[in-house]
Amino acid sequence: MFYREVGQFKSSYAADQAIFPIAQDRWFVIGVLLIAFLVVPFFVTDYTLNAVYLPFLIFGLASLGLNILTGYCGQLSFGTGAFMGVGAYSAFKLTTAMPELNLIIVFLAAGLITAVVGMLFGLPSLRIKGFYLAVATLAAQFFLVWLFYKWDWLRNYSATGQITVPPRRFFGVLMTGQAAAPAAKYVLTLAMVTVLALGAKNLVRGRYGRSWMAIRDMDVAAELIGIRPLIAKLSAFGVSSFYVGVAGAMMFVVWLGAAEGGDTFGIQNSFLVLFMIIIGGLGTILGSFLGAAFLVLMPIALKTVMVDALGLSAVFAKHLEYVLMGLLIIFFLILEPHGLARLWQIAKEKLRLWPFPY
Amino acid sequence: MLFFVETVTSGLLAGVMYSLVALGFVLIFKASGVFNFAQGVMALFAGLTLAGFLSGTVPFTHQINSALAMPPWLAIAATVLVMIALAILIERAVLRYLVNQEPIILFMMTLGLAYVLEGAGDLLWGSDVKVLDLGLPSGANDWLLDNFGLYVDQLEIVAAVVAAALVTALAIFFQKTRIGRALRAVADDHQAALSVGISLNTIWAIVWSAAGIVALVAGIMWGAKSGIQFSLSLIALKALPVLILGGFDSVPGAIVGGLIIGVGEKLAEVYFGPLVGGAVENWFAYMLALVFLLVRPEGLFGEKIIRRV
Repeated sequence: MFYREVGQFKSSYAADQAIFPIAQDRWFVIGVLLIAFLVVPFFVTDYTLNAVYLPFLIFGLASLGLNILTGYCGQLSFGTGAFMGVGAYSAFKLTTAMPELNLIIVFLAAGLITAVVGMLFGLPSLRIKGFYLAVATLAAQFFLVWLFYKWDWLRNYSATGQITVPPRRFFGVLMTGQAAAPAAKYVLTLAMVTVLALGAKNLVRGRYGRSWMAIRDMDVAAELIGIRPLIAKLSAFGVSSFYVGVAGAMMFVVWLGAAEGGDTFGIQNSFLVLFMIIIGGLGTILGSFLGAAFLVLMPIALKTVMVDALGLSAVFAKHLEYVLMGLLIIFFLILEPHGLARLWQIAKEKLRLWPFPY
Repeated sequence: MLFFVETVTSGLLAGVMYSLVALGFVLIFKASGVFNFAQGVMALFAGLTLAGFLSGTVPFTHQINSALAMPPWLAIAATVLVMIALAILIERAVLRYLVNQEPIILFMMTLGLAYVLEGAGDLLWGSDVKVLDLGLPSGANDWLLDNFGLYVDQLEIVAAVVAAALVTALAIFFQKTRIGRALRAVADDHQAALSVGISLNTIWAIVWSAAGIVALVAGIMWGAKSGIQFSLSLIALKALPVLILGGFDSVPGAIVGGLIIGVGEKLAEVYFGPLVGGAVENWFAYMLALVFLLVRPEGLFGEKIIRRV
């Protein structure tokens, strides 16, 4: 009744190719963004911003990056955690070496450095495929984390083994550390994520995105119709690592403020991001964010229910949380292997016919 | 020279331990194409269950009631039953509904399974480090120490013998028995196997049980060596380079790969590690496997990948 495209005629090619061809979708997204930019920073508590919104946005960005590689180009990677680390350590080196550098430039440069590292570790993908490649990316994961510990220069020779972000301002507003207002951090992160997500959406609709999908669906066939696997695969690794690197840099600079090698960027993070894109939906931009929201919110919700409401002991709840989390993941895979994005799509299609399905 | 021999020997024996874990992976991958990441956690779970039965721990309460303590043979038999029950449960509740899904979905399922088993193991038996005392010999082998001056842990010799026995048993099982033939048929082609009347569900339950028993053996060996604790589940990560080196679907590959990785890792730690600041063990195996893969993308003994359009 409300969600209908009747009467919406497209009179130009551009209108036909718009990201949201249906007016209701367009308004919905604009509405969500307006609320996110104008309402949330003023009405949500600092704690919630820090514990829910920031991790959601940052992990959403990281899943978006992995989704480009795994969902669109079909190359499974377990190295996401370490690549986030590369972004974080690059941002640390850049901002300590050049304190005057604008934070946006720091993030983008960190992303570019990660992209180069990612392409380097993507080279074996030209020869190795499937799970063999996935295990090969574990080499990147373990090697990079080892490097974070052993290469003192990366940490500016800090004795603790940690990197800590120095106070940095963004156009006069303090952005890093405990003293910064979470609302400011949130708005900066949201702006970055919005722009990058829009970029990704356009990228996957274009020439590169199509060549990635062709490689994913059948690489031999893609090669036969003139797609060069070298360029398609390496560009996917590059773009994906760029996003992951920016996410890692923001995670360190804006959200956490301090980080330490394998603790922050270990393999558990790689799996977490992989879970996000599987639960959200492989090969969808929306899915990356839905999956991130689900996996950021679920542990908090489980903890609230079990420890605060039911009064279970923290240790017991922690173990039970593992079991429930595993069960939920399995349950989701059985229920809808194509992820939350697919459910969203089904809901939209049903709504289109509602209330007269025939 | 003696030092070199000792390094190689200890590498070989460590490699046997890796092979034990890799074997479980190969079994499941061969029969169902599932890349079972939960294998390491299954070893942990089996080890915890065994230790729990041995000490007479009451599940969920973490209290020890010595009246319930079982003798080793009974505890092992009970744990085998638990692993078989677990395999049947996994087949009934999960695998059955995921037939024909893409490999990555099945892989994620095993990651979820790893979470469940890890949490369940801790809930049932407690998360403290457990000592597994089955009366296996330990300490240096006197004969080798006296005659050759070599230090070799007896436990690792036992592990090597057990691994050899296990591989022989599995080989006979696969080659000579009726179920073994059915397993090979399923591994070859699911649909063709179905069409000649082999029940996929039964086969999967059997394969997961076998993998569970291999996990128990790995759990016993690793547990006897360093106690049963959470880090046991991380041996799965050690077994992965073994797998890609040997090929995902090859039992001999798991053994040879394990030996190569074990020796390579020890040699790298001793001769190459000091040059770059040590602790290279974590990634060296992966790099080694990666180099091998660039030469042979399907691993040393893996089936040649034939691709058609």
